[in-house]
Amino acid sequence: MSPQSLTALIAEDEPLLAEALQRELATLWPQLQTQIATDGLQAVEQALELLPQLLFFDVRMPGQSGLEAAQEIAERWPSGRRLPLLIFVTAFDEYAVKAFEQSAVDYIVKPVKTVRLQQTLERIRPLAGVFHAQSAIQSIALPEILDTDEPMLNALRSLLRTPLDALISTPSLQRIQASVGSQIIVVPLSEVAYFEAADKYVRVLTGIEKPERELLIRTPIKDLLPQLKPDEFWQIHRSTVVRVSLIEAVQRDATGRLTLSLRGRLDKLMVSRLYAAQFKAM
Amino acid sequence: MFIPGVHQATEAARMLPRWARGWAVMRPCRFVLLRHGWQVALFCVAICLVLSLFQPGVPLWRQMVYSLPMGMVTWALIDGGRFFLDQDSPYLFPRGWRGVALIVGGVFLGFLLGTLIGDAINGQSSFSLMRRSPQFFVYIFLFSMASGIGISLFFYNQGKSAYLLAEIEAKSRQATEAQLKLLQSQLDPHMLFNTLANLRALIPHEPERAVQMLDQLGDFLRATLSASRAQEHSLQAEFDRLRDYLSLMHIRLGERLRFHLDLPQELTRVLVPTLILQSLVENAIEHGLEPKVGGGTVWITASKKGEQLILQVSDDGMGFDTEAAHDQVTQGFGLAQVRERLQSWYGSQNTIDLIAVRAMNTRATPAFDANKAVKMDISPGCQVTLMLPLRT
Repeated sequence: MSPQSLTALIAEDEPLLAEALQRELATLWPQLQTQIATDGLQAVEQALELLPQLLFFDVRMPGQSGLEAAQEIAERWPSGRRLPLLIFVTAFDEYAVKAFEQSAVDYIVKPVKTVRLQQTLERIRPLAGVFHAQSAIQSIALPEILDTDEPMLNALRSLLRTPLDALISTPSLQRIQASVGSQIIVVPLSEVAYFEAADKYVRVLTGIEKPERELLIRTPIKDLLPQLKPDEFWQIHRSTVVRVSLIEAVQRDATGRLTLSLRGRLDKLMVSRLYAAQFKAM
Repeated sequence: MFIPGVHQATEAARMLPRWARGWAVMRPCRFVLLRHGWQVALFCVAICLVLSLFQPGVPLWRQMVYSLPMGMVTWALIDGGRFFLDQDSPYLFPRGWRGVALIVGGVFLGFLLGTLIGDAINGQSSFSLMRRSPQFFVYIFLFSMASGIGISLFFYNQGKSAYLLAEIEAKSRQATEAQLKLLQSQLDPHMLFNTLANLRALIPHEPERAVQMLDQLGDFLRATLSASRAQEHSLQAEFDRLRDYLSLMHIRLGERLRFHLDLPQELTRVLVPTLILQSLVENAIEHGLEPKVGGGTVWITASKKGEQLILQVSDDGMGFDTEAAHDQVTQGFGLAQVRERLQSWYGSQNTIDLIAVRAMNTRATPAFDANKAVKMDISPGCQVTLMLPLRT
């Protein structure tokens, strides 16, 4: 039985840099097959098709950032299969680098030095062995998978809570201001049940003490998140952030997907794989 | 006069009602005021000492009970009053007739009240002196007025020259800061490291292109560094530097970046502030084209309308989909800096309406776009127009 080959996906919008990294990887690790995606959207599609074991993602990319792409991949990754290892590649984003260090995410700075790349690969090599063994056995019990992917999921979750483009201590959000017709409606944050991304807008579902109501704002989830207290609101999906105190129950269906039900509301909210670990029985 | 905290206090005081402003500004000045106080007191004592030399019969304390109250009352009136009479004055002293009135009035009242206080302590009336020996009284009056006015003018000059010095210092500090900011924004580390990474990638496989890129990087760095020294250069030089920069970016972004530069022959010798378009082009690439899948085109054009030079930087990149994003960009650092530079360059009256950003799909067309300096049908995207006086 020939060992299934290892694959890596490089996401980099500057063609010369992508090719150079591809060449370096070919020299340092000849068994590794590589593919290149040139923007953040393509990166997700290619990753889900190729199901690689390694991701080398540029941080600033057209379409969506490397971090957003990684988030989407983690959420849409087929369950029962181990998540790929993620390595960020960045030129000079001092805040991003700080965030990577805090979240223990692997990263390389550009220009990529051969020695540095080699070190990273050495660290990864034993883990890659796990992939080899695992790809032969397709069915593994779900909790076990969650456990092994946990460090990577933790790191991603922690990264998503930090604004990458500035180290400004973001003030905590006190109220929501949404324009409705010709007026601006102001609602205290304490009235908000959950946020849900919808196309270019974010839907704000309110109604804790007052009647339920739906507002639309333009601030994207990724900008809202750093302004919310981590113990007050939890992200449960790329497009959903929910008030923790409202969570009533979590159901797991036959395919292993988690659904939240909220106290006093009929809404059912999907929990993505990235955030599933927050809901374990005590 | 430079006193820490005064500037902030003056700014903050603008919110207060008029009568309260003076007190608010006085607070941070209290140490200077006290220093003036004891200096006046010393001066009064010195005068008494001198006078007692000429009038050996009169005891020193008799001189002092007049001199000190006069001095202190005059000091309190003038040094306190200056905060209330002309609150828009930049150097904490009333300007024009108000200043003259304050000094003369202060000294006169000081003389009057000081004399009354002295009389009360002494138990006699100096004003009877007016009848008995008017000449002597006039002599004392003139002497007191002269000393009062003299010391007021001394403090006034001291304060004003300290203020002017501080002003000069602040101006030169601002200039240095602006220069540093300009340099920082032009030597964007993200751009530099990405360029270096590209160079590194080119060297083993395409050494000739690497050399070409290195040359362009050299030219770009030289131009950027000297731009913070040289104030202006020809439009031709400006376009050459932009071409260097765009060529560098073209190697990096590949086909995702297309650019067109259009400089009519007749305008090549026109003078413009160095690299005034640089940050606009950087903005167009960083916010317009780099985030866009598939990239786009940057147009840089120069044209003439009457006695005005019209420079335009346009792109068909991301544009702005919200008013908020639009405001963020127009208030953003790149444009603010260009606006500031133009302001200091051409004076304020010329800079109004100098810059208009147009997100092509969402914003109303600014009035002066009617000149059709650039006729393009691109959308979405962004366009920045500068209108400068034509100078060669």
